[in-house]
Order: sequence, then structure tokens, then C-alpha cells
Amino acid sequence: MTAAQLRAIVFEVLSEIAPEVEPGVLRGDQPLRDQVDLDSMDFLNLLVGVHQRTGVEIPEADYPKLATLDQLIAYLAQRS
Amino acid sequence: MPLLGADMDRGKILEWRKQVGDPIARGEIVALVDTDKAEIEVESFTPGVLEAILVGVGETVPVGTPIARIAGAEARGAPAPAPTPAPAPTPAALPPKPAVAPKPVSPLPPSPPRIAGERVRASPLARRVAAERGVDLTRVRGTGTDGTITRDDVERAAVPAAPTPATSPAPVRDRAAAMRSAIASAMERANREIPHYYIETRVDLARAQRWLAEQNAMRPIAERILPAALFVKALALAAREVPELNGFWRDGGFVPADGVHVGLIVSLRHGGLLAPALRDASDKTLAELMADLRDVVARARAGKLRSSEVAGATISLTNLGDQGAERVYGVIMPPQVALVGFGRVLDQPVAVDGLVGVHPCVDVTLAGDHRASDGHRGGRFLAALARRLQAPEQL
Repeated sequence: MTAAQLRAIVFEVLSEIAPEVEPGVLRGDQPLRDQVDLDSMDFLNLLVGVHQRTGVEIPEADYPKLATLDQLIAYLAQRS
Repeated sequence: MPLLGADMDRGKILEWRKQVGDPIARGEIVALVDTDKAEIEVESFTPGVLEAILVGVGETVPVGTPIARIAGAEARGAPAPAPTPAPAPTPAALPPKPAVAPKPVSPLPPSPPRIAGERVRASPLARRVAAERGVDLTRVRGTGTDGTITRDDVERAAVPAAPTPATSPAPVRDRAAAMRSAIASAMERANREIPHYYIETRVDLARAQRWLAEQNAMRPIAERILPAALFVKALALAAREVPELNGFWRDGGFVPADGVHVGLIVSLRHGGLLAPALRDASDKTLAELMADLRDVVARARAGKLRSSEVAGATISLTNLGDQGAERVYGVIMPPQVALVGFGRVLDQPVAVDGLVGVHPCVDVTLAGDHRASDGHRGGRFLAALARRLQAPEQL
């Protein structure tokens, strides 16, 4: 999958969890949870949704590496 | 109309899921009700056959008003599902008692539910007008002497209910305002009636987090367990050890609850709160609790809860999460007598075996109702909770 496809998937899942988010205003290089009000349940649901759509396994130990959208998309791109 | 949360005083029927003549199993969903805060699926307390629908779609009635009649083997003609006391101890589902408070909580307290066949007090003129306009007097609230129904009462009852079609949900703005006002009245009541005491303790989570990381490494992502599930379980087990924190303050006395149903305070994205109950939390495994948590939080945020979930909590938990404040001094949800708050998990200096180390810790507070318990018992409760979190493999 291309980075653009992965990005679309991430935004699709994110909009199900936080419908108020406008993708255009999010900065990819800043921590996502500083920009969107996501609790730990929301963050888990985001990763579950991304896993279900891409098949990429995301061990819990890797969560700290996935703080920004850019990091998440790069992580998925390497593994999908 | 069942009481679906301490902050509800009326409800609107949005939908009947059963028709007259349909058989109904206990726990089956019979109607969808709008409580101002959320749309709640109302379950039947009793099995039987739906004999009559007493409140139509789009109508709003006070808590305690019979909304349907279910004919059952034993309880033929008993008004149900609303005002029938449940066989299980779900006291919050009862109509509100005459308040111990100096003034009524709502300006129009619901009239006591009328039993089918009970004589209705109404003036002859009111009866005539009711007959002309097709108003069912058993559903009219009388404001005359001794609750007699007057012509004006009938006129008011005959005004068609809000013309909003049941299918179009209220605009978010209105919903948010209604929720704010429902929370306001519950919190006013809590601070007026409940003498709160507050105590707190710091819990070292190093073992619990290590254990959880090991467990989650073996679990597929959708089955991973969040620390919140550990908090719920430890709280529920501690509540079983110190039962005077698990139950209700009613009519000047404490009524302990049979099971531990943890009311989880869920904040909604557009503002406001809901507090669905995780039922029998002390008897469930962590995996079961985690599945319940995900399910109930998702449905609370989607506005799709069931009556047994919104009404049955026996003690509440608020968890500020990993980005929230360090600790919280909560307001108890009446008629419960305790609320436990978990702050943000932070690395803290901790003395272990004479050495200072840095461990993840959480500050846990207890807001207790001083009528039902004292700080000493509250302290026992927090100690039990902290002890449980030190042995995560036994949760």
C-alpha cells in the first residue's frame, strides 16, 4: 500500500472515533494526542481499526513509536 | 417510565420495539426512550405478553408514569416495565422517593404511578372534555385538590406532544444543553444532600504495568487489556471487602447492594457525561471486563445504552486517563455513596527496600458519603484496592 492509501485509511478510522476532526488541520509531525482529544481507549480503537484494514501487526511495545501521524504512516508503510 | 440515571425526571418515547400482543422475555428490549442525555433501550423487568401501550411515540411523561402493561403468569395487569420494582436489586430503577431534601428536586415531581383499575379523581367537566378530546385520564397529572384532575389539566394533556418526528434526533446543541441541565440537577442534589469526605492514596503500578505488558504481548491487538480494566476489577473486589461503600442511601438509611456494579463515568466528545454500569464487575475476568468496557464506552458515545446499564450502578469510577489531571476529587452520584477517582499515571520517586526508585504510580481518591461510612472504613477500602493492584495476576 502507498503512503497516500495508508494515510486515507488512518483518517477514515480516526474520523469514526473523533468525527469532529478535520484532516486538513492536523499536523503530521506533531503528537496526534496533543491535537485530538483521544483517550487510551480511543487510541487502542484507532490501532485496532488500522490493523483490521491493513493487516499490520502492531505490538504494544511499539505504541510509543507511533505518537505522530507521520510516524504511524511510516510504520505501516514499512510493514504492509 | 423508568428512572434511567439519577439526573432524569422525564422521558420521551421514541419507538416501541414491541406491539400489543407480542410475547416478551425478561430483559428483552421493549422501547427506546430519550432521557435528554441519551437514547436508552428499555428492557422489560418481567416476562409476559404486552397487553397495552399507555404512552405513545413522541410523548414525554414524568418518571414513574406507567408506559405499558405486561400481562404475565403471576403479575397479571401489573404496570410494567417502568414502575415495577425489579426482582433484582436495581433500586435506581424505582421512581424517586419523596426527597429527604428540603425541597423537591424538580418543580413537578412525578405523580405516583396509578395501578390499572384504580379510580381516577377528576371533575365531571374534566371527564367530559377528556371524552371529547380522546384524552386518557389515567395518564393525566391532576393539579386540583388532592390531585384531582381539572379541565385545565385535560386541556394541557390534549396538546399534541412536540411535533419532532421520532426519527430525527435532537440537534447536538439542544442535546448538549439538555445534558448540561440534567448533570446540573444531579450534582446540585449531590452537593446539597451528601456530606462528602475525601481521602486519597498513592498506588505503585510497577508490578501491574509489567504484568500487563507481558499479557498484552501474547494477545492480539483487539483483545489487549487497558489499565482501566485492572482499576475496575480492583475497585470491585475492594467494594466487596468493604460493603458499606457499595450501595445506596435511601430514606435516611444505607441499603447495601448485592452485587458490585461499577458505574463508569464516560465523557462524551461533544461535552457531558454518562455513567453506564459494568454489571457484576467483581465476578468477571479481566478479559470479560475489557470487552464490556470497550462495548459500553462505544455505545455510551454512540448514545445506545440499555436501561439496565444506565440505572444499576452501585459505586462509581472516574478515570482521568493518561492525559488527564493528576488526581480528582469527585462528586458522588446519588443515591450511591462512593465515587473512586483514578488520576493520571505518572513516574514518581518511590522508596523500595530502603532505596529510592522511580515507579509509575497513580493517585486514587475516594469521595465517600459520610452518612453511610467513615474515613476509617474508607481508608480500609483504599488499602484493599491498593493491595489488589499489587497482585495483578490474581485480578
